[in-house]
Amino acid sequence: MKRAMRRRATVGRILIGLASLVFLLVLVVQVLHAAGAIAAGFSTWRPILIVYLLWAIAFGTAQVLMRGERGQRALFLLPAVFFTVAVVIFPTIFGLYIASLDWNLSSIEGPHFSGLDNVRAMLSDAYYWNALSNMVFYSVAVLGEYAIAFALALLLSAEIRARKFFRVVFLLPMMLSPVAVSWMIGKSLLEYRFGPAATLARYLGWDNPAFFASPWMARFTIQAMDAWVSIPFIMIILLAGLQAMPKEVQEAAKVDGANGWQSFWHVTFPIMLPVSITVLIIRIIFKLKLADIVINVTAGGPGGATDTVSSFIYRVYRDRSNVGYGTALAMVYLLLIIVLLTLMLRLSKRWTQRVT
Amino acid sequence: MAVTTSITAHRAPVAPRAKRMARRALIYAALLFWSFICLFPIYWTVTTSFKSAVDVTQAHLIPWVDFHPDWKGWRSLGLSPDTLFETSTARSEFVNRFINSIITSVGASVLALILGSLAAYGLSRFRYKFAWMRNDDILFFFMSQLILPPVVLALPFLVLYKALALLDTTFGLILLYTLTVLPIVIWIMRDQFNAIPIELDEAAFVDGLSTWGAFLRIILPLAFPGMAAAFILSLVLCWNEYFFAALLTSTDAKTLPVMVASQTGSQGINWWSMAALSTAAIAPLVLIGIFLERYIVSGLTTGAGK
Repeated sequence: MKRAMRRRATVGRILIGLASLVFLLVLVVQVLHAAGAIAAGFSTWRPILIVYLLWAIAFGTAQVLMRGERGQRALFLLPAVFFTVAVVIFPTIFGLYIASLDWNLSSIEGPHFSGLDNVRAMLSDAYYWNALSNMVFYSVAVLGEYAIAFALALLLSAEIRARKFFRVVFLLPMMLSPVAVSWMIGKSLLEYRFGPAATLARYLGWDNPAFFASPWMARFTIQAMDAWVSIPFIMIILLAGLQAMPKEVQEAAKVDGANGWQSFWHVTFPIMLPVSITVLIIRIIFKLKLADIVINVTAGGPGGATDTVSSFIYRVYRDRSNVGYGTALAMVYLLLIIVLLTLMLRLSKRWTQRVT
Repeated sequence: MAVTTSITAHRAPVAPRAKRMARRALIYAALLFWSFICLFPIYWTVTTSFKSAVDVTQAHLIPWVDFHPDWKGWRSLGLSPDTLFETSTARSEFVNRFINSIITSVGASVLALILGSLAAYGLSRFRYKFAWMRNDDILFFFMSQLILPPVVLALPFLVLYKALALLDTTFGLILLYTLTVLPIVIWIMRDQFNAIPIELDEAAFVDGLSTWGAFLRIILPLAFPGMAAAFILSLVLCWNEYFFAALLTSTDAKTLPVMVASQTGSQGINWWSMAALSTAAIAPLVLIGIFLERYIVSGLTTGAGK
């Protein structure tokens, strides 16, 4: 029995060694081929992907052979881990390398190393800083979305008829693709000449209803469209929180003679605070990815007033094909996000601890 | 301030009924107002797809009253009743993009569901130790990918996919979409598995099933509601994804959002055909929103209110 186990462990170890050897061999051959050192090799890098997959399968099998039951358990987690390493970790590290290159995809000469030149160029790129400051506006605007969403959640949790109908209707905007919304609202409803929103604005006395002409107006309009799409998400989470709230608390407040506003401010809101903070943080994370609507409605205009970091980098690539610079900007952005989120999580933890 | 409160306090017992009625009226007014805000853009798009140029410029709103519905927009897509059985390049392009979108989003959702369910079950049932990482750290590792903005990965992927000959392929998009929805699937499924009592696993072991046998034959069927929620949610997210598709596809693997966007960009937009295209692009989602809303809500609210 014991000998059989030991033999299986040896087989497993050999399997891993063999698979790693094959993987490395193919990799070295392909690297040398790509560098032009040897003639043998593949025309694309696709075989590397296949060898990686085979290596992962061999590794998983070896785990079961070597560690038995514990190996079987590891098998649940391994596919997701290998997948993540291949499509997130490796590309991110590779991105760090690209960020240090001066690499224009459309020029004939290939990439060449430029160290921190991209970061230096970034420091004097007024458009990038402008996009970053716009992100501050968009992120702060999440508070407005939250206020509206909270009001809607309270409405839906009141005693009303046709609750299901209203819930479905309120959720619909979230389902629509931002690209379709860009046309439906940005390009047709808000159209200057005959969009119904412009007609309504003229009727209400605004002579020149140009929603995308002045920087602040454009920023607010983009924000309003994004809010239209994303308020349902906040609302549904707050609604779940409200429904999970014990009924007795509300009743007790009523018995104490609190009116609607008082019972909201002193009872409901504090109880909802943890849920609120969670949903706000999630929403800010998603807001920091905002791009589709901006790309399709204003392309960042007028004069970069509506640019988000994502839409700006998208244009850096589309207009200038500058992969190295674009990646460097994205990496700096990622760094900023990580720092910001760590701070926010710390602060929110401390704050909720103090309040509750 | 004090005066007004004392007045309302006096009035409350006198006319509670009237006050309650006013309150209810206010609530319904607010509900209807927001319903209007949610529905009008959709209504506008659907009706515009049946308008002609004059109706658009004169802001006619109600079919059969202000304007006579016409199949104009749908004809330009080759989807009106009279053109449905003729050959149409516009329609074949649209159908092609539509099928691309379906393959990509279903493929990515299925892949994410498989990878995510396995990982979630493992995280919910066993204790792992991977270097310094324990279960919570591993979960955080998966969830932390949510903060990664698409731009960070987009350009490296462009370069990598070029080398791998995966640019403009559906498979390449499926891999990327899987990674964007994987954290959400893991989150939902872990909650789902945590809700299934561990005694069921133990009973299965007593009956002689292996770890994987217990998972596949006993636990997985019970986790169906969570799987449905995770699947539908990822389907919606993948269907709507635009950023990666715009950068990484050019002709063959183009999805519906990219087609809609490229039509918007062209000069002198044909309102009726754009409206028809938008309507066709959002129709599946509106249907999912109406009929499968339950799953979306349960997926989104996983872990909320606890």
